[in-house]
Amino acid sequence: MSQGQYVAAVYGAVFVVVLAYVAIIAAKLARLQRQTTELLELARQPPARSAEPVTREVPGEV
Amino acid sequence: MGLAIFLALLVAPEDLDQGVSQRIFYIHVPVALTAYFCFGLGAWKALVLLWRGEERYDLESYVAIHQGTIFGVLTLVTGSIWAKASWGHWWLWSEDQLVLFLVLFLFYCAYFMLRFSLEEGPRRARSSAVYALFGVVLIPISFLAIRLAEGLIHPTVFTREGPQMSGSMFATFCVSWAAVTLLAYVLYRVELAGKRLDTDLRELREALQ
Repeated sequence: MSQGQYVAAVYGAVFVVVLAYVAIIAAKLARLQRQTTELLELARQPPARSAEPVTREVPGEV
Repeated sequence: MGLAIFLALLVAPEDLDQGVSQRIFYIHVPVALTAYFCFGLGAWKALVLLWRGEERYDLESYVAIHQGTIFGVLTLVTGSIWAKASWGHWWLWSEDQLVLFLVLFLFYCAYFMLRFSLEEGPRRARSSAVYALFGVVLIPISFLAIRLAEGLIHPTVFTREGPQMSGSMFATFCVSWAAVTLLAYVLYRVELAGKRLDTDLRELREALQ
């Protein structure tokens, strides 16, 4: 390998490592965004109704 | 970063002794200094955690050491390639400064093994902080070894008489150092924000379910 190729290898290695790091961070942020959307949907859902049957009082009945 | 690469590869004059391969200096040294700085920052945050007991410093210490490890990998890779280009060897075990940097790097790699072997909580935060603080002792040893080592294959550019290079070379080095430090700072902030968001979302999910 020539001296110039070694220099290119060094700068290329730094570029690849930083790129890989940024890609990992980007993937993580995408996952966090997905989780945020899921939580938002969960928060917007109406509260679950009670399982007990609703009894209605009829006026006049004892 | 673009300006730094432009200056390092195209503007800075060629070294009479090493030739083109000296241009590796403009990336290798700033990356190594940034690795030292990140490890030092991680230890400082660990000290503040032990001092004040605030949990947020645990995450900050962890992220700083994580950054230091990444820049440590880059230091070892760029140093090895430069060593091959200049000395004809990828690695020399007889060189104390190389071995000491490797010891420092491996010490902080073991930090992650310790951290992930413990359950999340104050105990893990304290244990990790103590470990990170012990590692900081290795930083000046590793840094000074380059100056004190008897086998002077590894060059010493910054001496008591100042930088042993021309003005334009020194300016290029300063721009490269600033660029790498800025890159490390941005990556640190982004990773820290991601980790904090992750923790907040976990707590929110638990509160909603």
